[in-house]
Amino acid sequence: MSVRIFVPCDAAAVAVGADEVAAAIAKEAAKLGQEVHIVRNGSRGAFELETLVEVDTADGRIGYGPVYPEDVAGLFTAGFLTGGKHAKRVGKPEELPFFKRQTRLMFARCGITDPQSLEDFRAHGGGLGLERALKLGSAGILDEVAKSGLRGRGGAGFPTGIKWKTVADAPGSPKYLVCNADEGDSGNFADRMVMEGDPFLLIEGMAIAALATGATKGYVYIRSEYPHAVAAMRKAIETARRAGILGPNVGGSDHAFDMEVRVGAGAYVCGEETALLDSIEGKRGQVRAKPPLPAHKGLFGKPTVINNVLSFAAVPWILAEGAAAYQALGVGRSRGTMPIQIAGDVKHGGLFEAPFGITLGELVDEVAGGTLSGKPVRAVQVGGPLGAYFPRAMFDTPLDYEAFAAKDGLVGHGSVVVFNDSVDMKAQARYALEFCAFESCGKCTPCRIGAVRGVETIDKLTAGDGPAKQMEILKDLCETMKFGSLCALGGFTPYPVMSAVTHFPEDFAVDQRAAEPAA
Amino acid sequence: MSSPEPFTAERAVEIISAHADQDGALLPVLHALQHTFGCVPPEAVPIVAGALNLSRADVHGVVTFYHDYRQTPASGRVLKLCRAEACQARGANAVIAKVEKALGVAMGETTKDGKVTLEPTFCLGLCASGPAAMLDERVVARLDDAGRLKALIEEARS
Repeated sequence: MSVRIFVPCDAAAVAVGADEVAAAIAKEAAKLGQEVHIVRNGSRGAFELETLVEVDTADGRIGYGPVYPEDVAGLFTAGFLTGGKHAKRVGKPEELPFFKRQTRLMFARCGITDPQSLEDFRAHGGGLGLERALKLGSAGILDEVAKSGLRGRGGAGFPTGIKWKTVADAPGSPKYLVCNADEGDSGNFADRMVMEGDPFLLIEGMAIAALATGATKGYVYIRSEYPHAVAAMRKAIETARRAGILGPNVGGSDHAFDMEVRVGAGAYVCGEETALLDSIEGKRGQVRAKPPLPAHKGLFGKPTVINNVLSFAAVPWILAEGAAAYQALGVGRSRGTMPIQIAGDVKHGGLFEAPFGITLGELVDEVAGGTLSGKPVRAVQVGGPLGAYFPRAMFDTPLDYEAFAAKDGLVGHGSVVVFNDSVDMKAQARYALEFCAFESCGKCTPCRIGAVRGVETIDKLTAGDGPAKQMEILKDLCETMKFGSLCALGGFTPYPVMSAVTHFPEDFAVDQRAAEPAA
Repeated sequence: MSSPEPFTAERAVEIISAHADQDGALLPVLHALQHTFGCVPPEAVPIVAGALNLSRADVHGVVTFYHDYRQTPASGRVLKLCRAEACQARGANAVIAKVEKALGVAMGETTKDGKVTLEPTFCLGLCASGPAAMLDERVVARLDDAGRLKALIEEARS
């Protein structure tokens, strides 16, 4: 009898040898005359277990990890095809504490199914959201998304329902959808996992948005650093087109909608929505001044919904299960679940989907299990390179847009990067400015010049060149960048810089005290 | 990775016309040119401009704006090491120092034998498995493991 074996195709598994593991399993099975059927699933998101090989046994799926090619022969000897004992046996993955604590709505299928199998997608609840959306029609969908309380998952947290309604009501044709998959923020990989591990989910979400807004064309703009995601999305779009999910009659309706992947070219700033639009149009990825809003004049000057991958990916569940069920999760004005990405120096890093409200401390100490290095945690950067560094004293902050904003931080795209006590916070502040200078699109002065001056100022500070004065200049620069920049790149770079200054003053030398304005 | 073809205007025209017929064609056209020639050759710029009804300055501006586009082919294999925060937190700076020492070059340089070009990258989305790298189009992670790092350096040099 052929045994089904799952070997993830996610880039994070491939990067630690998943392709070689799959080949080794096929080879060893052939040698032993054992029939196996290898399924390349997505990753479940517990990255320290990759390559997590799962075997479909009479007792359910049993996992082994991390498996390297050299482990494969031993796994066969241990009888892993029937769930045999082995040092790398982790049991049923869903029973692991890391997964047991999660509420997986968006990531319900990721790691379970074959991402390129539409059959598998449907067998695991895929497509139900679109089915209901087709019955509800535009007004019904807009109502449902608005009532769910869904806010843009890219970082800005703008209510998705309002954005969609604005485009639905805007005059002009054609209307476009743009999916921002330019996931350039360090610490973030949820978009990548969706595209590689459950691409039909994104297609379903965008098809629903098309029905709601009247858009006929959707672009998925993926960064060039994600070749696996590009390939996976292109293949899935092709399949969806053949199945009639995309094309002239979406899901059998009279609404036409098709999708296309566009690949970025290594400019971080294109993750900013208006720069991204310019990039698709074939221009330098420079930020546009707003207004006009993309919802009124977006791609090619037409009404455009631009949403992050996770915003579109949240919608199928909302439609399938109802806005009330989604709205019931979360805290304050942050409703539903957030796919939190835990990275950096942690024991258990990866994708952790949970309702808003979980505290930073719970995430770092309980879910992630502290540092991998065993050193104490010193700082946590939440929300990517433009997010603030929080010290342990702020670990009671719940994951919630407003709670983070109140503490001069960002939820951003939901990444949590943990640093141990060897981190030099002045170096991190310098890095944030250096990164901003490297990636600035150059359109506005505070960002273009401010970031360069910021790096120079920190270097002078380090050299002991009038430290008190340099601190004053640094703070002043940050103020200017925060309030004077056109977009979040220049506008948010002060978050990591000023949080480092505020919460870790000891790293900026004693002269810091002289620089404090008299309170 | 297959080695780049030498530039010819005929081949460039062929590639451009295969991609020109779409909205916002410039980036797809430039990607396709670079895929074939290993770079966007300066000789191709006026041809692209003519085909897409843009000025040469427009095309040049786009080519030089995006970090990905090269104006000369990279020498040998391209090894990109991630230097973003999550990889830093997992020891990327030490890995970068080791690779620079082993190859005898700094970031942005090519080895004397022309076999490897070392470049920085900012996040490959492998943030819980870092330090991470990309050798041509292949991603590699867990480079804190000395054996894995050594194997990567050897592969890059081969």
